[in-house]
Amino acid sequence: MSETLQRTALYPWHLAHEARMSPFAGWEMPLHYGSQLREHEAVRQAAGLFDVSHMRPLDLRGPGARTLLRRALANDVARLDAEPGRALYTCMLQGDAGILDDLIVYYLGDEQYRIVLNAAGAQKDTAYLESLAQEQGGEVDFRPRDDWGILACQGPAAVAQVASVLALPELSALKTFRSLTPRAGLFVARTGYTGEDGVEILAAHDELIEIADALIAAGVVPAGLAARDSLRLEAGLNLYGQDMTTVDSPDRSHLGWTVDLRDRERDFIGRTAIEAERAAGPAHRLWGLLLPRDAIPRHGYEAVTAAGQSVGAVTSGSFSPSLGLGIALARLDAVVGLDSEVFLQVRQRSVPARVVEPPFWRHGQAVYSAEESQPQ
Amino acid sequence: MSELPAQLRYSKTHEWVAQLAPGHFRVGITDHAQELLGDVVFVELPQAGQEVEAEAACGVIESVKAASDLYSPLSGKIVASNTELADNPQWLNEKPYDQGWIFEIEAADGDFAKLLDAEAYQQSLGA
Repeated sequence: MSETLQRTALYPWHLAHEARMSPFAGWEMPLHYGSQLREHEAVRQAAGLFDVSHMRPLDLRGPGARTLLRRALANDVARLDAEPGRALYTCMLQGDAGILDDLIVYYLGDEQYRIVLNAAGAQKDTAYLESLAQEQGGEVDFRPRDDWGILACQGPAAVAQVASVLALPELSALKTFRSLTPRAGLFVARTGYTGEDGVEILAAHDELIEIADALIAAGVVPAGLAARDSLRLEAGLNLYGQDMTTVDSPDRSHLGWTVDLRDRERDFIGRTAIEAERAAGPAHRLWGLLLPRDAIPRHGYEAVTAAGQSVGAVTSGSFSPSLGLGIALARLDAVVGLDSEVFLQVRQRSVPARVVEPPFWRHGQAVYSAEESQPQ
Repeated sequence: MSELPAQLRYSKTHEWVAQLAPGHFRVGITDHAQELLGDVVFVELPQAGQEVEAEAACGVIESVKAASDLYSPLSGKIVASNTELADNPQWLNEKPYDQGWIFEIEAADGDFAKLLDAEAYQQSLGA
């Protein structure tokens, strides 16, 4: 199995830092470097460094680029027109509003965009966008940036550390969801997947190793995919393939806010289905669940009402290191309201869970406390 | 390379067993097991007085990543469990052979003698 897995340029670096490696979406990635909890805490309190080079940058440019993305993406890249460097988070939908993938798109300049795709879908997404571009007829040049990898430095101290290591004092003033291209071959964005302040750095593979070494020397802690998963879940951020798939629409995935319907002329793929779903009301929603720390919810656990009726299932669940509770995202029937209770079967006992709005952690603070883990 | 104290006996389900006195044993999980589990956040302990069967589940170890059954390597009666793990689950990761012990059991010395020694356990790991 391992011979088929891809490795990032930092693979030897991970081994040198005693990473425990694990397969993820076709890549051999660091799961942790000794302790997921310590890495999680480092990101919440100071700064952690993730190799996320399994995610794939794709540059699009040419006279048809803006039109293509306004058709392919549910959020509207026209929002970015006034400000090169600005980014937005969006879903790419099927005609039935099922989510093909989620991604961040950066506006680099007139008819120039950079998107970062999930590892599992990168090739398929690229082929799909190319086919849409052909259908459309406008000229778009696609350049997958296989020459680049990605580091994410995340945590309250991350921006200052990266500004120092890259000698980029202007980074401190960069707003969230903005990016800089300080020179050819280096791209720095104030984005991430942890619910903390931080940056993502795109550069050539060899250069990334040097940057990683410098950040670690400055005190940043290497962090693996395990911590990334508990951090993103606390931050209420969906994982594609788990919390959303091609059978889930954005409204069913707590992502209705990423769908931009304001320009009535914009006929993006999935629009008709979203409008129909909104007219009828979605059948399911993705909510958060809070459980006591001795009842940790796991992916696939069924949620039932007090009367024993099945109302959905956990899509992602974990112990929350920052809250000291069990937390989950769960896709639930629309009849289940916020602050109501559902019951999960945890190790042969039925445990009440409080239904809450994600996230669980925001702006450096817990949104919910242990006392709130029980239904009112 | 994980740590394997030579004076202990081991099971294929990754528990270690120490003989405290004839017929009286202490049980925990091996260094290898804690590495596989990842950070432990909760332990459901067997209760004193409980009768357990060898190779049957008698508790649960929850890590951030997953819930795993805890097995008893011996048949017998639980006589103590490490209640300090409730507040210090990380001891299973940090000190699996010391503060991270899980329960004590009264069992037959003959059953203890049939468990793996460190070398045989090492081989069972394929290392």
